[in-house]
Amino acid sequence: MATYTLISSNVLSSSAASVTFSAIPATYTDLVLRVSARDTNTSAIIAGTTFKFNGSTGSLYSITKLIGDGGTASSSRRSSITSDEFYYPGANAGMTANTFGSVEIYIPSYTASQNKPFSTFGVTENNSATAGDTEIDAWANLYRDTAAISSIAINAYVTFAIGSSFYLYGISNA
Amino acid sequence: MAITYDKIATTTLSGTASSVTFSSIAASWTDLKLIIVTIVPANNGYYYVQFNGDTAANYSCNFMQGNGTSATSTKFTTANGSDAGRVGGSAVTTAPSLLTLDIFSYRNSTHKTYIGNHSSDQNGAGVTYNVVGKWGSTAAITSFSVFGNGGSNSFTTGTTATLYGIKAA
Repeated sequence: MATYTLISSNVLSSSAASVTFSAIPATYTDLVLRVSARDTNTSAIIAGTTFKFNGSTGSLYSITKLIGDGGTASSSRRSSITSDEFYYPGANAGMTANTFGSVEIYIPSYTASQNKPFSTFGVTENNSATAGDTEIDAWANLYRDTAAISSIAINAYVTFAIGSSFYLYGISNA
Repeated sequence: MAITYDKIATTTLSGTASSVTFSSIAASWTDLKLIIVTIVPANNGYYYVQFNGDTAANYSCNFMQGNGTSATSTKFTTANGSDAGRVGGSAVTTAPSLLTLDIFSYRNSTHKTYIGNHSSDQNGAGVTYNVVGKWGSTAAITSFSVFGNGGSNSFTTGTTATLYGIKAA
């Protein structure tokens, strides 16, 4: 039985401030979101791209971060925040051309009536010698809501550049 | 399109357990991927893997973890699985945590490499734990267990564990 199925994809032919996956069916066990993205911001390295599940409005998200930036390894935390986030610093219009950040978010048991743990792995490499221009991120995340996840809305730091791609897969253990 | 990702087995624990085991794994795939969702009990310090029931000193690993304040890395060499087969970190969780294990080329006649991740953010506490490990055996993996060092209740009731096979061709 095939268990790894493309639910939906969005490869941008024009820049966009946000990308949304909606009406995610409850027919899978886990979700995997794979992103290759670049931002149109031109001034400096970019901060977090944010995302929310189910259009949430509460402070339902938290993150334990592990970051290697080419100079140091560090860990930090964000608690009770209103959206989750991922990084791809150095993949923007102000930095090396033709460079995109890559992110995979694994969300197990997205329909279970429990709080949702998930993991985020993100990498950016742009041939910069400056620590902090790029990162490797391995983050633990928690979404404190028991409702099934049926939508994911992703907001760019400024706007996602042309060619940014977003793929949402469903994995079934049935 | 070729089907490349298959469920091999899945289980949901109806009580606490010291381990989860997958046995009689067919040689039908290229790689294996394990997904566990569990609440970590207070007495469990870490999780570790044993392949084919091997309890000898054939394991090594290198892990890096972040606890929200600092990042640390540790290495174990030439030890048994209960020391060096680590796949998950120590974090008492009240919310579920995600433990993943990717086992590469599990039937090749080479030593076996795996990558583990334990994501257990707890909104103000918790860790992100990442490990690369090696089992120094050339035997094909036909079974493996993930243990907790917390004894009989290392895995809590309701824990789900699913093993997938990934096929290259």
